[in-house]
Amino acid sequence: MSVARAVATRVGTSLLVVWGAITATFIALHSGKGEVIDAITGSAQVSPAVRQQIIQDYRLDDPLVAQYLHYLWRLLHLDLGQSYSLRMPVARAIGQQIVPTFQLIVVASLLALVVAVVVALLTANRSRRVRGPASSVEVVLVALPSFWFGILLLTFFSFKLQWFPSVGSDGVASIVLPSIALAATPAALLSQVLRHGLERTSEEPFVLTARTRGLSSQAVLVRHVLRHAAAPTITLWGWITGALISGAVVIEQVFSREGLGRLTVTAINGKDFPLVIGIVIVAATFYTVVNTVIDAAYAWIDPRLRVDPPARRPVRTITPTSEVSA
Amino acid sequence: MTVLPIVSSSSLRRRPTRRVVGIALSRPAVAVSVVFLAAVVIAAVWPTLFTDVDPNGARAEDTLLAPGADHLFGTDQNGRDLFARIVHAARPSLLIGLSASALALVVGATIGVLAAAGGRRTDWTFTRLLDVLMSVPGLLFVLLVIAVRGPGTGTTIVAVALISVPGYARLVRAETLRLRGSAFVEAARALGWSHTRVVLRHVVPNALGPVLVLATIGIGSTIGVVASLSFLGLGPQPPTAEWGSMLSTSRDYFSVAWWPAVFPGLAITLTVLSVTVVGQHLQRRLEGRGPA
Repeated sequence: MSVARAVATRVGTSLLVVWGAITATFIALHSGKGEVIDAITGSAQVSPAVRQQIIQDYRLDDPLVAQYLHYLWRLLHLDLGQSYSLRMPVARAIGQQIVPTFQLIVVASLLALVVAVVVALLTANRSRRVRGPASSVEVVLVALPSFWFGILLLTFFSFKLQWFPSVGSDGVASIVLPSIALAATPAALLSQVLRHGLERTSEEPFVLTARTRGLSSQAVLVRHVLRHAAAPTITLWGWITGALISGAVVIEQVFSREGLGRLTVTAINGKDFPLVIGIVIVAATFYTVVNTVIDAAYAWIDPRLRVDPPARRPVRTITPTSEVSA
Repeated sequence: MTVLPIVSSSSLRRRPTRRVVGIALSRPAVAVSVVFLAAVVIAAVWPTLFTDVDPNGARAEDTLLAPGADHLFGTDQNGRDLFARIVHAARPSLLIGLSASALALVVGATIGVLAAAGGRRTDWTFTRLLDVLMSVPGLLFVLLVIAVRGPGTGTTIVAVALISVPGYARLVRAETLRLRGSAFVEAARALGWSHTRVVLRHVVPNALGPVLVLATIGIGSTIGVVASLSFLGLGPQPPTAEWGSMLSTSRDYFSVAWWPAVFPGLAITLTVLSVTVVGQHLQRRLEGRGPA
């Protein structure tokens, strides 16, 4: 399979997935109790004129298939509809709240990756006394509900020590605790996977070759083994970064931050269906895009994946020049 | 890779009680987890064994008392004993987690077997369906379900089960495909048994081992998800007292009192942790047994 075809397949699958998610929201919209129009207006009071407008916007008088096609058509034009509780377009409501959430996700995701790489490099191939405590902490962090960890951080660092603000989303200080709370579990997962990868790769012959060239074990780990073992970790990282959007919903509630989390909870409590649907579609798209980009990055990280399958196992001839220049 | 037997021949000859003690000594974390889980299960079945304090006995003069001799874990904003409340909340917390996992297991296993044992087209359809289900971040999918059905215990179970279905379905599918090519399945076919009979009598029972291990670990994460839903106020609704909802109400007070926030969270974390430790132990044992 050529690279172009692989990319096309991947993008095709992504589109299929986003389409599936959109279909799921359509099914959800139509599977509630009562009339669809009541699900759309939610707890908001609307005038008969607006009701008429909604029926026209969603083509509610048409057959279900026509409604569905129109639903897709509108989304294709990036029209997420109106939130009748907030009295504004869903796209604008999400646009106003997406920046703080995005900041939180990016900071937490990078924090998790950096911590995981550092911890994994420091503990891989080490004695039980080093690995034991590290992996115990990781198991605990994976089991730790992030919102509870957030509460603990808040209690200790905001209320007891007063180092960080306890509420709000202004300034750099306000993002420290939420991103730590959000990054804890991903960091632990990533470092488990990366250490496992590092240790398995360390058994490969090329590591011994590098060692015999006089490189220290730490240098081999950083320069050769890390790159080799990175691929599964990067995939997991992409997957986790996409999934952080659900974690952010909860963490934002803990720290009373602005963002999609608060918007989501408000939307559900206010039975604001168009807004819930909009958030789900935006999140699913974000998640899919992140994963597609990560898959593409794979080829960049791991050159073996760039090669066509028949040539995947090239005959490795070790020439004197490659030995010296490497 | 050589597979070392987990149970050495000398320990096989020992009496069962000594074997249990041996395992407990060699794997203290597993032993502690088993004991803790046993305590949680007993608390769920028979809470009064641990405390005879009324979990709903509100006393205005005892509001937010710090942990001490009278109240082991302190009291909450209504003066209710936190230890009693946590013990009594074990039942709903466990039941919801278990039901969601069980539902996900049954639905996932069915889809997995159908995908693997059915034709190529069935397989393709189910696999794509699972891809889509996995494409939406878990909690958001749960929120979509809650938006449709409104919050409540039943909704929580269905929604949380839904996000665990793909995991089980994929594992069962992979296991079924793996077993389908094995010699004993071929032998059963050679006896002239029908496709359905071979799948149900021979493939499915053999595929269940790894799936049950995944389910054990899955119960842990399910309890975690349910707790975070309760924390958002979108999980089981009052009067169902559950660990997550206890945490949620503690939010308004934790600037003055840490204990209502710390102890229910500790209960969730330790339960999830114990389930994970036991699950991973089972997984290691299963893998140690070598290919089935």
